[in-house]
Amino acid sequence: MRSNLGFFSDEKFRSIFFQTLVVGLFALGLFFVISTTSYNLEKRNIATGWSFLQNPAGFDISFSPFLEFKSTDTHLKVYFVGVLNTLLVSITGCIAATILGFILGIVRLSSNWLLSRLVYIYVEFSRNVPLLLQIILWYSILIQLPRVKQSLQVLDVFYISNRGLYSPRPIFESGFSYVLIAIVLALISSFLINRWAKKRQDKTGQQFPVFSSSIGLIFIIPLILFFILGSPLSFEHPELKGFNFKGGLVIRPEFIAMFLALSIYTAAFISEIVRAGIMSVSKGQREASAAIGLKQTWIMRLIIIPQALRVIVPPLTSQYLNLTKNSSLGIAVGYADLVHGFGGISLNQTGQAIECMAIVMATYLSISLTISFFMNIYNRSIQFKEK
Amino acid sequence: MNEVRKPPVATTGIIGWLRINLFFNWTNSLITLFVIYCLYQFIPWILDWTIFSADFKYNYLGEQITNQEMCSRNLDPENGGACWAVIYVRFYQFIYGFYPKVEVWRVNIAYAMLALALLPLLYAKLPYRKYFLYFTYIFPVIAYFLLNGGLGFTEVSTNKWGGLLVTLVLGCTGIALAFPIGIMLALGRRSKLPVISMMCTLFIEFIRGVPLITLLFFGMVMLPLFLPEGIDMDGLVRVLVAVTLFQSAYMAEVIRGGLQAIPPGQYEAAKSLGMSYWRMNLLIILPQAIRISIPPIVNTSIGLFKDTTLVIIVGILDLLGIGRGTLADTNWLGLSYEIYFFVSLVFFIFTFGMSRYSLYLEKKLKTGINMGAD
Repeated sequence: MRSNLGFFSDEKFRSIFFQTLVVGLFALGLFFVISTTSYNLEKRNIATGWSFLQNPAGFDISFSPFLEFKSTDTHLKVYFVGVLNTLLVSITGCIAATILGFILGIVRLSSNWLLSRLVYIYVEFSRNVPLLLQIILWYSILIQLPRVKQSLQVLDVFYISNRGLYSPRPIFESGFSYVLIAIVLALISSFLINRWAKKRQDKTGQQFPVFSSSIGLIFIIPLILFFILGSPLSFEHPELKGFNFKGGLVIRPEFIAMFLALSIYTAAFISEIVRAGIMSVSKGQREASAAIGLKQTWIMRLIIIPQALRVIVPPLTSQYLNLTKNSSLGIAVGYADLVHGFGGISLNQTGQAIECMAIVMATYLSISLTISFFMNIYNRSIQFKEK
Repeated sequence: MNEVRKPPVATTGIIGWLRINLFFNWTNSLITLFVIYCLYQFIPWILDWTIFSADFKYNYLGEQITNQEMCSRNLDPENGGACWAVIYVRFYQFIYGFYPKVEVWRVNIAYAMLALALLPLLYAKLPYRKYFLYFTYIFPVIAYFLLNGGLGFTEVSTNKWGGLLVTLVLGCTGIALAFPIGIMLALGRRSKLPVISMMCTLFIEFIRGVPLITLLFFGMVMLPLFLPEGIDMDGLVRVLVAVTLFQSAYMAEVIRGGLQAIPPGQYEAAKSLGMSYWRMNLLIILPQAIRISIPPIVNTSIGLFKDTTLVIIVGILDLLGIGRGTLADTNWLGLSYEIYFFVSLVFFIFTFGMSRYSLYLEKKLKTGINMGAD
């Protein structure tokens, strides 16, 4: 018996005691931090509050593909441009990294020794070199490309130079909206056909050519409509005027460097995840499906991949989260994302460090939570279903 | 007796290996030939650039290179590959930063002691390991006085540190401090006390949800506002606070994974022996949990080691920072490939070594103990 502490050895009392102690210490610390901070802010003449968001920014943003940005626009708009740029590089990066990662993961398992060794070397190099270094390296390669006047021409419509990639800009004329509506309708109906076909196959065993009918609905019908309406789409070609191109669509080297580095770096991790996932499916599954006479491509599509996905998806989610967070490294090459535009330049101009950082952190937190939310839904949909 | 027949030549030995792994069928053979062709084009070129046509200390005229104009490839564009002389000339900065030359022996001793301190951690069968471990525990104190000054050593302020020194200080301190904090956070998150568990969960998820760069900004810009006047924190220390907070959240999740793998019988057995919470965790649970989570701990440590490069964004000159600084020098303009190649190689050596070590541990743990069997 160790009851010389009396009521202190009572578990319930101890639990409440420690929790109150922790909360008390936390509140004390918080009070201390808030009081010193407000004192410091007052001494440095930094106003608090959110009114600075409405002030004009006074600087230009070189890359803003979705919103027109002028230097007279507010800091709030800097924030929106930053969020859109962060999302742009994260989403395109995730898509490219997934495709590249799946291909590399499957190639890594190829029976060709040379090929799988080559992928192994790629994976080791790109995993073990810091991402920031890779971003800077890609950027330094891109800005050493020829100047605008000597820019490389690809297929007569794309121009590659140290100012980025110039391509024709599509101009949508009236009537193009019908094509878009047709595509959306086709997507919905092919989704419904897929569900109906699955139900019918479960009931009767008859199969329906879902893939080819969806291709027909999504591509061919809108294409026919497009020509019936008289091709309501034209292109504005970039033209060299003076020292730079005028018109057209420009993709800045900062974005290309970020996109390449993020997708190549993350693809290395994804390829290892895919490899582990495919290897986790037991050999008996492959042998059993071969024994019932399934074709090689069907074995992969119907037996191996669905089982491998259960292992692949959870770590894939954390790779997507990492890629999104790593997109904040754009500041090193001047990509105007959330951290560089709002958390960097706006913060330095207004001096509102606490407000700016709070907004930036809250935004990243909500992006992270959104990604995990959707990936969790997807994950639940592919797990074993008890029937 | 039956005569023992040898297997056909085509299935064994080198020829058999080639047939199975490289020329199994015609698509496979085609791929092999294509890859060999690409390698044939690429390897001579890269070897020529990095070694055979490269300048190491002297250019092709035999002069010692002191700036980029003297590199062979800048004197004669047809001739010459990489110009490694930049690494040779700036080697001191890459390794020590701007540490005063007369005091540099202190850094060298610290490097040697670091190797000695890591030895018992990496190699479990070391003779007299116990005594080596005592040294490991007091090493941080010795290293602090050696590098920073005090106790009779002249002080060298941290803004003179740089290069590999900063990379190693950040990496090692971050990992070493994050380990105990991570354990506390992991235990806290699994605690039965709702308030403590909630606070630890919130902390971990918050840190894991934001990029490291925002935490570095937090350390650089906001931390000075939070502290009372007169406490002037060193730049390197502020960055270290951010790096440690970041790493401890990730470490906590890894250790929590290890804790979850411990069968409940272990807890029940410890409790039935009358052990207190701390005794149970320190003597029974944590030794087992940490042992199974060593490979992922090494993996997050590799991640942190790579992430230390982010400090260049808040103006601390680590290895990559020195590289960028050298590139901004007019004497060495345009040598970006050489410098980035060298910095990548240094990082690669460290991180690849760590990942090989983690694989070795994984193998050892798999054969050594049989976790979760009973």
